Amino acid sequence: MTTATKHAHDMGDHETHHELGWWRTYIFSIDHKVIGIQYGITSLVFLFIGFCLMMAMRWQLAYPGESLGILSIIFGEKNIPGGVMAAEFYNQLGAMHGTIMIFLGVVPLGVGAFGNFVVPLQIGAPDMAFPKLNMMSYWVYFVGGVIMIASFFFPEGAAQSGWTSYPPLTQAAPFWGQTMWLLGMVFLITSSLLGSVNFIVTIVQLRAPGMTFFRLPFFVWAQFVTSFLLLLAFPPLEAAAVLQLMDRVAETSFFLPSGLVFSDVPQTNSGGGNPLLWQHLFWFLAHPEVYVLILPGMGIVAEIVANNTRKPLWGYKSLVYSTLFLGVMSFVVWAHHMFITGMGTTMSAFFAATTMIISIPSVVILTALLLSLWGASIRFNTPMLFALGFLPMFAIGGLTGLPLGLPASDIYLHDTYYVIGHFHYVVAPGSLFALFAGVYFWYPKASGRMLNETLGKLHFWLSFIFMNGIFLPMLFMGMAGVSRRLYDHTEYIHGQGAQQWNVLMSWSAWLLGLAQLIFIINFFMSMKAGRKIDANPWQATTLEWTAPSPPPHGNFTEPPSVYRDAYAYDPAETDGFKAQAEPG
Amino acid sequence: MSIGIPYIAEPRPDTGMTNGKLGIWLFLASEVMLFGGLFSAYVLLRVGAPPDQWHEGSKVLSVPIGTINTVVLITSSVTMVMAWASLKMKSFSKCRTYLIVTAVLAMLFVVIKVGWEYQPKLHHYTVWLTDGTLMHGHLGEKTDEYLMFTPDATEGDAHPEARRIDTEDIARLSNFGPAHDIYFSIYWALTGLHVLHVLGGVITILWFIGPGAALWHSCAEHYTHRIEYVGLYWHFVDLVWIFLFPVLYLL
Repeated sequence: MTTATKHAHDMGDHETHHELGWWRTYIFSIDHKVIGIQYGITSLVFLFIGFCLMMAMRWQLAYPGESLGILSIIFGEKNIPGGVMAAEFYNQLGAMHGTIMIFLGVVPLGVGAFGNFVVPLQIGAPDMAFPKLNMMSYWVYFVGGVIMIASFFFPEGAAQSGWTSYPPLTQAAPFWGQTMWLLGMVFLITSSLLGSVNFIVTIVQLRAPGMTFFRLPFFVWAQFVTSFLLLLAFPPLEAAAVLQLMDRVAETSFFLPSGLVFSDVPQTNSGGGNPLLWQHLFWFLAHPEVYVLILPGMGIVAEIVANNTRKPLWGYKSLVYSTLFLGVMSFVVWAHHMFITGMGTTMSAFFAATTMIISIPSVVILTALLLSLWGASIRFNTPMLFALGFLPMFAIGGLTGLPLGLPASDIYLHDTYYVIGHFHYVVAPGSLFALFAGVYFWYPKASGRMLNETLGKLHFWLSFIFMNGIFLPMLFMGMAGVSRRLYDHTEYIHGQGAQQWNVLMSWSAWLLGLAQLIFIINFFMSMKAGRKIDANPWQATTLEWTAPSPPPHGNFTEPPSVYRDAYAYDPAETDGFKAQAEPG
Repeated sequence: MSIGIPYIAEPRPDTGMTNGKLGIWLFLASEVMLFGGLFSAYVLLRVGAPPDQWHEGSKVLSVPIGTINTVVLITSSVTMVMAWASLKMKSFSKCRTYLIVTAVLAMLFVVIKVGWEYQPKLHHYTVWLTDGTLMHGHLGEKTDEYLMFTPDATEGDAHPEARRIDTEDIARLSNFGPAHDIYFSIYWALTGLHVLHVLGGVITILWFIGPGAALWHSCAEHYTHRIEYVGLYWHFVDLVWIFLFPVLYLL
């Protein structure tokens, strides 16, 4: 460390010698733990906002056209005239629900929060490689989020062309909402790029002595691959966002074909553009993005499964290789979202084949996690419950995806509720359960106190029941042919038959909202009243549990060295494990 | 205690890299994907464009000006390497001279690009008439009923007189800005983003000539590394232009 401290002048060590002010400690902090917590709290708030938008939409879906006065009070008389939701506002809620949940909720929670907080600790680093860049990436994300939310307050409201923002539909939408959406995306993408460079450099360069790549906890591997996906898949979407922004403000026509007519009005743009170009650029990002959503979750589940089965993970190396393969393959499957665009059978056959291939590593990962449970005497604490909930839910999400990956069955299912059911099984009871598991698992490390177990278990069981109450009927509705973006299904005869499902789903959603209050109460109550813990309450092996709870600035009291694999759980040892940093 | 991030100035033995070196390469990888996405867009749009439209567009660009700018940018890459090499030979003053030359050449590129390429295009118009014909030229007086339009001279002829065109005969009027046609859309998008990258480079170089130079006196090795990273970025910006020039001007 002598050479390191010699050059520490650039890190502003004169600032760290004395106590930092409140602003520098909690707001403009360059400490990865504080930034991780900032990301965590901000993204949880955004998740709740995104969920609230959905709860409002569910009223219109369950009781189309019926008045609910409180909605007018919350969202304004303009959007909900007389308690009945306006169709344009329904579209805004739908588009922004997707955008907020993915780009402002799940990704920042999985990568920004857990990645930032846990990765440097797990590899034994004092901080991220570029702390100032780290702070910047949080604030750029924050500004992006503010822009997204602010777009609701423009005269004609937020973006309303779906989270995929397909042109030329977007071109027909009111100017400000969609333009703000694109601007917001540019910020969010930039933030992810800054973050991903930082993660990769940190993982490659700042591993503690003895921490070889194959001693890295699986969570770090998951973050490593995720960062590569963000780094390489996001720039084409940034390019696409810039081009669509130019279509809106500089009157270009990158995505607008010649002879375009909106509501009988011929458009004066020069034409010659290609709407499919947007779809290609968008899905080139958005398919790897699916793995960005799920990989951190898989990493968290792997940590928790190993810890609570008290056994080494089954097939650690196959997990790692599968994740790497998954990462590479995720760049060549994007057009399976575009089977019905008429891009041709050759293209469809190629992308169907790659899609079937990419399901193999996902199954390997899931199988390895499942086999890890075999023969274990499992500790059923709250993080473990969420992790165990993740396994079958992600399996349902994954398996329901297969019919969508084959052109023949996709033609029928495309753009129905089946698709929504499929990806929500992956992201909500999949990723989100894993992320909740992570919150319950690492909260003690961040705060020095445990979350309440009883409330946690209640939170899990209610969430588990109600999530299935929402998403399982979607699969049935989709197979009945109900289209995914309709404002009122009952206008169609085949939708009327599925309407009772909508009522069940809506009540499940609202009760799920109530169940989250348990989590919120638990989260804040435990900061003061939670049981105090020492460094290692879960008797875990990985390095973060060697640091004090909460870890001080610079993380470790002594620079750690690593002597063994990440999961040396063995009943023969004292307490059933041997920590990575324990010599001998 | 002070938190020392290791491997800022000295490379990590087993990876052989400093943090910044790996970081800048990763950043450049993402930049490759950014411009890669745009070049893919170029290919897809060109394949879908009407056969003659694309060549009409590239004929408007001036190859000599593009060539001069290519030379300017390549020269600036050489001076950038010289700046770094001077630091390796422990001569900060030489490095500073080379950095200044690099920044000046970069600004020269921007001035030529904006002054001789962008500006004239914004004042050069095409008018599409309702009878299906079109004319390139310059705008004169413009009212609600008519506009005065001076068509470009065809080679060898005297410059034509300004002529009056009634508004009702005009189908569309556009300068050679991004909205002109799909060729100019992608031209402005690609070169505009590239110019922004050049300006980003200039700001960074100016920083290392000015306030950032203090690092040389406190840790020369670290400063040398940073100049190397700037150089890598600068060569990338240069390389993008090496692709842009033939793709937009020559093909």
